[in-house]
Amino acid sequence: MSVNKVYNRIESIIGNVITVRASGVAYKELAQISTRFGKSLAQVNKIDGDIVSLQVFAGGQGISTGDEVRFLGHEMRVSFSEDLLGRIFNGSGEPRDKGPALTENMKAIGGPSVNPTRRILANRMMRTNIPMIDVFNTLVVSQKLPIFSISGEPYNQLLARIAMQAEADVIVLGGMGLKYDDFLYFKDALSKGGALSKTVMFIHTAADPTVECMMIPDMVLAVAEQFALQNKDVLVLLTDMTNFADAMKEIAITQEQVPSNRGYPGDLYSQLASRYEKAVDFADSGSVTVLAVTTMPGDDVTHPVPDNTGYITEGQYYLKGGRIEPFGSLSRLKQNVNNKTRKDHRTLMDAMIRLYSSYNETLEKKNMGFSMSRWDEKLLKYGELFEDKLMSLSVNLPLEAALDLGWEILADCFEKDETGIKSDLTDEFWPKN
Amino acid sequence: MTENKGKVVSINGNLVSVEFDGNVSMNEICFVKVGNTTLKSEVIRIRGKVAQVQVYEMTDGIKCGDEVEFTGDMLSADLGPGLLGQIYDGLQNPLPVLAEQAGWFLERGVYAEALDGEKKWAFTPTARVGDTVRAGEYIGTVPEGPFTHKIFVPFYLLGNYTVKSIVAAGEYTVKETVAVLSDERGREVPVSMSFKWPVKRAINCYSERLAPVETMETKVRVIDSFFPVAKGGTYCIPGPFGAGKTVLQHTTSKYADVDIVIIAACGERAGEVVETLTEFPELTDPKTGRSLMEQTVIICNTSSMPVASREASVYTAVTLAEYYRQMGLHVLLLADSTSRWAQAMREMSGRLEEIPGEEAFPAYLESYIAAFYERAGYVRLPDGSTGSVTIGGTVSPAGGNFEEPVTQATLKVVGAFHGLSRDRSDARKYPAIDPLISWSKYGSVIDSEKQSFCKSILQYGDEIGSMMKVVGEEGTALTDYITYLKAEMLDAVYLQQNSFDLVDANCATARQRYVTDKLVNILGSNYALESKDDARGFFNRLRQKFIDWNYVEFESEAFRKLEREIDEIYEKGEGKLSSIAEKLLKEGE
Repeated sequence: MSVNKVYNRIESIIGNVITVRASGVAYKELAQISTRFGKSLAQVNKIDGDIVSLQVFAGGQGISTGDEVRFLGHEMRVSFSEDLLGRIFNGSGEPRDKGPALTENMKAIGGPSVNPTRRILANRMMRTNIPMIDVFNTLVVSQKLPIFSISGEPYNQLLARIAMQAEADVIVLGGMGLKYDDFLYFKDALSKGGALSKTVMFIHTAADPTVECMMIPDMVLAVAEQFALQNKDVLVLLTDMTNFADAMKEIAITQEQVPSNRGYPGDLYSQLASRYEKAVDFADSGSVTVLAVTTMPGDDVTHPVPDNTGYITEGQYYLKGGRIEPFGSLSRLKQNVNNKTRKDHRTLMDAMIRLYSSYNETLEKKNMGFSMSRWDEKLLKYGELFEDKLMSLSVNLPLEAALDLGWEILADCFEKDETGIKSDLTDEFWPKN
Repeated sequence: MTENKGKVVSINGNLVSVEFDGNVSMNEICFVKVGNTTLKSEVIRIRGKVAQVQVYEMTDGIKCGDEVEFTGDMLSADLGPGLLGQIYDGLQNPLPVLAEQAGWFLERGVYAEALDGEKKWAFTPTARVGDTVRAGEYIGTVPEGPFTHKIFVPFYLLGNYTVKSIVAAGEYTVKETVAVLSDERGREVPVSMSFKWPVKRAINCYSERLAPVETMETKVRVIDSFFPVAKGGTYCIPGPFGAGKTVLQHTTSKYADVDIVIIAACGERAGEVVETLTEFPELTDPKTGRSLMEQTVIICNTSSMPVASREASVYTAVTLAEYYRQMGLHVLLLADSTSRWAQAMREMSGRLEEIPGEEAFPAYLESYIAAFYERAGYVRLPDGSTGSVTIGGTVSPAGGNFEEPVTQATLKVVGAFHGLSRDRSDARKYPAIDPLISWSKYGSVIDSEKQSFCKSILQYGDEIGSMMKVVGEEGTALTDYITYLKAEMLDAVYLQQNSFDLVDANCATARQRYVTDKLVNILGSNYALESKDDARGFFNRLRQKFIDWNYVEFESEAFRKLEREIDEIYEKGEGKLSSIAEKLLKEGE
């Protein structure tokens, strides 16, 4: 694009959306608006004849009808190079840290989807050293999984822990509507944990304008995709996708779109899916794995955001009471990998979950005042050990050690034949003393 | 391509308004020019001199004033040999070819021929010069995989035609003229082995539609015995996320007793398509001994692909199904998921600013869903043979609530309903088809009296189960408790099935009949059981043996042995056949 078109008359300002009369403008093109508070990016989201609507990244506040709108002749882009590592940006792609702005090798965001015939079947485990994930709901390279959680749960702590422990070459973290202290926490935790140098962060905090929130997933995923094409295994961490959906809702309502379910736009599913589907394992190249926190308003999994997410993703982790719940949580791809880790993995996983479920029944009986049999006592002991030694989020154990620990807990509580495990496995793995 | 051209005047998401001269028809295809690429689009509303078109691609970068070329054609599918084994997107572009042209990503504006124009097919003429032929009759055949692919007089030709010339047997490409027909006024029409058909129109070149009465075996016990599907029938599988809709369809696609399976992956995960792509070429069909892939077509418009072509994908899929039906084949179309298709309609309706119906779905949702399922059917063809299209669609209701518009509109028009329940899937009961809410209007592979006997036990067992939650085991009478255990056993050994086990997953009709008889015998007997503990122990033993029985080859040595062991347990419980069961077993013979 040779000449940048400049306009000095804004026709309307409604919420974060302004309109100008302009010609030769392309759909989704970026513009720069200069207001008395500084400059902001804006993106074309509707063109009707010569009336062009733009969503202003910094929001509509303080924009004057006489402010200058300069069209930039290109779409939203993000710079891509190794220099990104260790850096922090906002939703417009500007540095949030003290580092220099990056303008080289600009890549378009929100690009087309991967040809399914160039994908390969997810078949590699991604280790996190968190037993509730590695043993019970194994994370698989190229999987997309949400962490369903209610407000107040330590989901950001969990993400930070995964970022530090996961077996990934690059971590790309996207924060949407993040509380400022959570942002500081991530920065702090990652630098202490030594993972900052392989991490790129795109952060929108709750105080930042809404439109920037909507940019975060696309920025994050565009960068992740580029790293993946350079043969890197990338782990994308997003928090919190419900804020992203709410930002879309806000813009859609401002633009008088017909709402479908609880005010969310009709394309909520497609919008979420086009982001999650960026998770990929490229044939002969790297991969993108996505873990995304989705807070459930009112702990209601049928709320449109978790509900649509559940249909898109390959399972989910439920975070409840500070722990990953073994029952609601499900990694749909785990069977692709847990047959080639260690031969006792699947059986031990099933047996431990079955016994834990019996423990819950016993606990219920106990709370109702029934007398406890010897078997019940065993289950109670088992349940407590299980929660304490394996479920706690502070546990940091490689898979093999976690499996060994599992056998120890079983041996501590039960006889071999009470576990319902095939005897050839108990013979081999049951602790000897 | 007509000379008709237009100019873009507004852009809103994937809806673009185009000012045109001349004439434009509804659902006509046009191309929007953006820089060096052209984007395929479809006219969905015309007002005065402005046509509103839905663009099948991302619309980024389109400007007012960009040129639009109208083609005069409606969205069509290419029909001819070479469709089987293909992986298409919603607009029938072969994805492997796109990968060769564009690499990793589905770049917009890249289109490819649906049928390989280079490949030669061995054509054998069946019509002779001078024969009178009509649309839907065939003039020759080519072998395609395990089938004889018929080369038709194109379905769009109206009236009688005379064969003026036809080529000799030999190798031809799909584009070469193999025959010349002339109509009653002597106008000549060259015919090749392929032609186009508009996907939104049903192919109706058959003599008559017949009632769907023949059961389509899926080898899934709960379906074939309790909630069967007929060839040429329709069924739907609604269920919340994680209930196993896709797994169930995947199993059906492998084991169903049909000639061809067409999988429409509509707005779902790409990973699942990759799974099919990886698995199917490795599997062989026991009937033909050939790779399953040769009997499968995949139409894949995954959730991140443009939404307008998602809407087109189900129509493309059903058109291919109808085409193979015309050859006297039985085709199963599996659409996963129809909710995503409905949502695609909702998105477009919102952009068109139509007055929204329930949950913002358009008012025409029901009639579109009905029209789609009505394209299923069992038909008699002009040559006297029969063929069928069976349609099975999954539905993904918001929040798992079946009261929502798509589920309700679908239930009105389908012949069988396989409702999946969250409770059953959480309890890892596969398939999670809930026997208490599902229904079917088609005939079962087992005797209907036996079927209702089994269903009544399930119903009664469920009632006792809910009562037991209130009064506890102590407060339940022994006879009721035994009925409860019988229902539990029926559920565990018959309704549930292991889709990962090759023997259990593939339970054919003969076996289903045999096993049902055994079950009617066991469930319809009274036992000399003293206490609830005795009863529980007794049924646990029976259940365990029965499950083992499910895993051994039908009529094998092991099968006989386990059957004897089941009988021994039965004898020990001093089972006495009730009169009802006795009557059932006698009549069934």
